[in-house]
Amino acid sequence: MSEKAVRFGTPAKVPAWVNLALIPLVNLLAAFVLSGIVIVIVGDNPFKALEVLIYGAFGYADAIGYTLYYTTNFIFTGLAVAIAFHCGLFNIGAEGQALMSGLGVALCALYLDFLPFWMVIPIAIFAAAFFGAVWAAVPGYLQAKRGSHIVITTIMFNFIAASIITYLLVEVLIAPGGQSPETREFAEITWLLFFHDFLPIPETPLNISFIFALFLSGGFYYFVWHTRWGYEIRVVGQNATAAKYAGISSARNIILAMFISGALAGFVGVNEILGVHHRLILDFTGGFGFVGIAVALMGRNHPVGIFLAALLFGALYQGGSELAFEMKSINREMVIVIQGLIILFSGALEHMFRPRIESFFKRQKSVQAAEA
Amino acid sequence: MELFQIFITIMDATFRVATPLILASMAGMFSERSGVVDIGLEGKMLGAAFAAATIASLSGSAWVGLGAGILTSVALSMLHAYACVTHKGNQVVSGMAINIMVAGLTPTLAFAWFRMGGQTPALKGDERFHSLTLPFADAVRDIPVIGYTYAELISGHNIIVYIAAASVPICAWILFRTRFGLRVRAVGENPHAVDTAGISVNVLRYQALAVTGVLCGIAGSYLSTAHGAAFIRDMTAGKGYLALAALIFGKWKPLPTLFACLLFAFTDAVQVRMQGVDLPIVGVIPGQFIQALPYILTVLLLAGFVGKANPPKAIGQPYIKEK
Repeated sequence: MSEKAVRFGTPAKVPAWVNLALIPLVNLLAAFVLSGIVIVIVGDNPFKALEVLIYGAFGYADAIGYTLYYTTNFIFTGLAVAIAFHCGLFNIGAEGQALMSGLGVALCALYLDFLPFWMVIPIAIFAAAFFGAVWAAVPGYLQAKRGSHIVITTIMFNFIAASIITYLLVEVLIAPGGQSPETREFAEITWLLFFHDFLPIPETPLNISFIFALFLSGGFYYFVWHTRWGYEIRVVGQNATAAKYAGISSARNIILAMFISGALAGFVGVNEILGVHHRLILDFTGGFGFVGIAVALMGRNHPVGIFLAALLFGALYQGGSELAFEMKSINREMVIVIQGLIILFSGALEHMFRPRIESFFKRQKSVQAAEA
Repeated sequence: MELFQIFITIMDATFRVATPLILASMAGMFSERSGVVDIGLEGKMLGAAFAAATIASLSGSAWVGLGAGILTSVALSMLHAYACVTHKGNQVVSGMAINIMVAGLTPTLAFAWFRMGGQTPALKGDERFHSLTLPFADAVRDIPVIGYTYAELISGHNIIVYIAAASVPICAWILFRTRFGLRVRAVGENPHAVDTAGISVNVLRYQALAVTGVLCGIAGSYLSTAHGAAFIRDMTAGKGYLALAALIFGKWKPLPTLFACLLFAFTDAVQVRMQGVDLPIVGVIPGQFIQALPYILTVLLLAGFVGKANPPKAIGQPYIKEK
């Protein structure tokens, strides 16, 4: 009984729209109300801020391009965290996995650029996924076989990844004669296509990674709910004991789920490094891995929900820059406050509003039953 | 003598770096021993650092600042308790939310209040904690080794360094020699037994998290009002996670945790001194490797390759009272 009450995404005995739309919206509203209070405290008008935020995210063509570019990253990290959640695992290391994927991309783009683009780009994308996957599969292995807690190991792996990338950029991969810790610019044949290369829209960082993201979301749905592997992962996540009796190996599925999770997180490297920066730089992950947790929680670990949540965070990121520009008392970090509050309400405090809303709808139902 | 002086200098730096780690890992010990995972140490320290620097600057007293730092950290700790104990929320998510929220809130407020790009004004005079000279330090300085060590290493730190040193035996005593400590340990191992004995699991966890808040508050205040002289954005720079690593490396026990903190701080102090030094046989050790060493060691320990860490049994599980 205690198991049921605390698990993420517990099936509820209320109408689906309450579970999937109303409760996330109530949590979101709570986060926004508190954010509004913070804005009042720093001495600005929250309604004006909201207006600027929405205009900054969707008001003109450039803004939409930037919003979708950020959304792309959040779809990748959201899916990454979600597949781990389906297996009952908490992957807090998407940040480090994304960082390592950047290394995979950079090695291919730097040393294989003699190949034609139709070979080097797929190889680089594969390398990104592979580097991220391995960086996640090791903590997965340690959890499955050696019993070390995945939350702690993935946190440690974030720091280790940051050290490795810093070392390589400062000492090994640094552009010859360069001052800042970054590689040389990749050859142009390795660059991904920008949307503005083939559509009549202004120049933005939005590139075809966004299409990968949509494609992967579809693949995620098919894999999790319509394949045997996805089924096994979910069984292990719901009830490891039942899985064992059914002959499903927990260890194998934990490692598999983490491998896929890391690969998904690795696509951040594709979007950022191969798509936009065209060189490996420090800190290109910009907290996207951590936001992925919020995206997965809000999106209820379902690709449609994840897309909507990613769009919300993409809009927050892009609108946040506009906010810092337009309002005199607000800077970029306000967006991080909103993120934190969303994680707090839709994750940590998910049981605060839920029982009240659920019992309200259950009462409605029994009233209807009594009348009928 | 030359080498000895270098050693003393490195140890001196070790103590300064270790202070917030020791306080934060002792803080984490109360929370985790009571069965509540706390990855929010980082956020609580950062919040305390901001509050301490802000209030010290406004009030002109480092002690008032310290009080504000502790209050802030306790408030965040109570939020963690409210989410994880009262509402049975996920403890990792809650800690994460606190870290992210504070990382955003502190520069936002600093920017709005002080207009210094997310910093607080530099603290002067009584607004920060200064080094203390212990009695007779100057008199015994010329006595070789012992006197020198006393004057240069033991004396000359600020008060919070000594508080951190005292916190270890005090925490050990509370955890292992008092009724409260026994109950905290019991609730982290077997909350059902504690509940059966007629003691409220929730109240105990709230109390343990309050202690966590106080210690974390001191740790954070140290960063901005004793070690540094202002709040700078993200000034904790992962120290909360490092303290968590030390706690695990110390197997959730006070004395081994202290040694883990000192070891991690020592590697940091050595790394600063050894930058670019060409050692015999191994050559130049990359600073990044030494920085990553605590995390690598913790992973190896958790994986059971060096010793074995047994966490409190009920850690991470919300307690739901049987009806």
